[in-house]
Amino acid sequence: MLKNLFLGALAIGVTGAVGFGVYAYKSPIAAITSDQHGDFEPELVEKGRVLASAGYCATCHTASDGEPYAGNYAMQTGFGTLYSTNLTPAMETGIGSYSAEAFRRAMHEGVDREGRHLFPAFPYDHFTKMTDEDVDAIYAYIMTEVAPIETVQTPNELPFPLDQRFLQAGWKLLFADLGRFEPDSDHSEAWNRGAYLAEGLTHCGACHTPRNALGAEKTSEQYAGAQIDRWSAPALTAANASSVPWTASDFKSYLVKGTTNYHGVAAGPMGPVVHEGVRDLPEDDIDALAIYLADKVGATEDDPAQSEIVLASLRKNQPDPQYRRDLGARLYATACASCHYNTALISQGRPDLGINSATNLDTPNNLIHVILDGMNAPEGISGVVMPGFRDALSDTEITAIAAYLRDKRAGQPAWPNLAETVADLRVNGPAAH
Amino acid sequence: MIKFEINGRSVSVDADPKTPLLWAIRDEIGLTGTKFGCGIGMCGACTVHVGGRATRSCITAVADVEGTKITTIEGLDDQANHPVQEAWRNLRVPQCGYCQSGQIMQAAALLQDIPAPTDDDIDAVMTGNLCRCMTYPRIRQAVREAATAMTGAQNNG
Repeated sequence: MLKNLFLGALAIGVTGAVGFGVYAYKSPIAAITSDQHGDFEPELVEKGRVLASAGYCATCHTASDGEPYAGNYAMQTGFGTLYSTNLTPAMETGIGSYSAEAFRRAMHEGVDREGRHLFPAFPYDHFTKMTDEDVDAIYAYIMTEVAPIETVQTPNELPFPLDQRFLQAGWKLLFADLGRFEPDSDHSEAWNRGAYLAEGLTHCGACHTPRNALGAEKTSEQYAGAQIDRWSAPALTAANASSVPWTASDFKSYLVKGTTNYHGVAAGPMGPVVHEGVRDLPEDDIDALAIYLADKVGATEDDPAQSEIVLASLRKNQPDPQYRRDLGARLYATACASCHYNTALISQGRPDLGINSATNLDTPNNLIHVILDGMNAPEGISGVVMPGFRDALSDTEITAIAAYLRDKRAGQPAWPNLAETVADLRVNGPAAH
Repeated sequence: MIKFEINGRSVSVDADPKTPLLWAIRDEIGLTGTKFGCGIGMCGACTVHVGGRATRSCITAVADVEGTKITTIEGLDDQANHPVQEAWRNLRVPQCGYCQSGQIMQAAALLQDIPAPTDDDIDAVMTGNLCRCMTYPRIRQAVREAATAMTGAQNNG
């Protein structure tokens, strides 16, 4: 009995392994030579340039100090560091030996010319939705316009068994939904065009959709937001955190100019997506992307300019109109506080002017005398002086300081005739000594 | 003759009694670390210690300091190693430097009265010391650092 069970399990296992092997095996596609790259119509090459730009291929296929498309760009993943490959038409280390068919298979199925499974850091799970025509245009561009550069490929830093390429076939079986884009008849033509671009070429979900433990996008949480390169790629759904709802015209502005008035700018990993990429698309395509994204985020078309949240933010941005508006408070801060400010306890030699007798007497004379003429060494605290502000402060300013201290610090009713007293004492003081 | 003590040295100054202390210090005594800024006690560049307290020397009449003990930036520490000066150097606080002797004298006086100042305390006391290079964030940081150094030294006995 046990033996039968064992044999049965073994049979299933072997069948499975053989089946997986058949599934995983991809045959090589014959190499071509550089004279077989073909001559392409300039319109096709230009179309390919725009598409390659909008797919920002060069962003991941160019090292910081490297030639365009020559690869070796380090991508930090949760599994290890991968280095992008050389996409130039170099014959040995680039894709010069790729026929259009081999290039199409790579884009649509994630398999290189020699039949090896590519790692899904290459977003073929998106590019699989692209039409043959679009993929062929990119091929025409690369073969025609990109300079061939032979390089030394930096080996990936992946631990065993993640570095085993045949296992990628399993990942593909589990997570990749291979096949061309299928329009949704419930939506407009423009929406579908946007969906085709966003889900395929511009692979928005690669950053904006969270990934599972094996690094695959969670299709049930499309555009729910994710972390990428220690930046946050915001949700492109109703869960988007922007305080002002996005509109289609905001998306258009963002994708063309890299900014909107109400959200932010294309920065971090999003920087090249806009500035080296999507903005090159024809305006119709940008409009289509904007329509699609606006639908995903649940946008309205209300102009946010007069929305309460915008107005409130602008109000909060205004300086506090009351901040040291009072002349006396301002002068106290600059002319007096350096010596008269106290923290939790009053320090010897730092007279607190709120409780000082001079501030609390029925007449302001003593306070004004001291502000005008200060204290010399024998007066007050022996050996310490306070300078007089007779020549430094005007009557108006001394009046303001005295009024501030009386009202805000001592909490006493205003002195009558304060300004007149200041003017009088300036002329008729300093009489006492 | 007006007599007082400056940086531990007795001096006699023959000047009009109303002469600002600042000019007595700079022109008569020859200590030029103390600077002239606004001349009306509003910027703090001329700050010295009179009787241990920060004092704006530009509006203090020299006659008023008869018999007092004055400290200028030159006398804050024999080796120019007062904790405030050390913090100022460590954090490279000055930019053009003009206001800094006044800033340092004010900060040293602050820490005598308030050994562990909060940022609000620092702002309140130092607001009268202007810096046209806007080194305020570093000034504030240096005051904090000096406060830590001084209280640490006390705690260590």
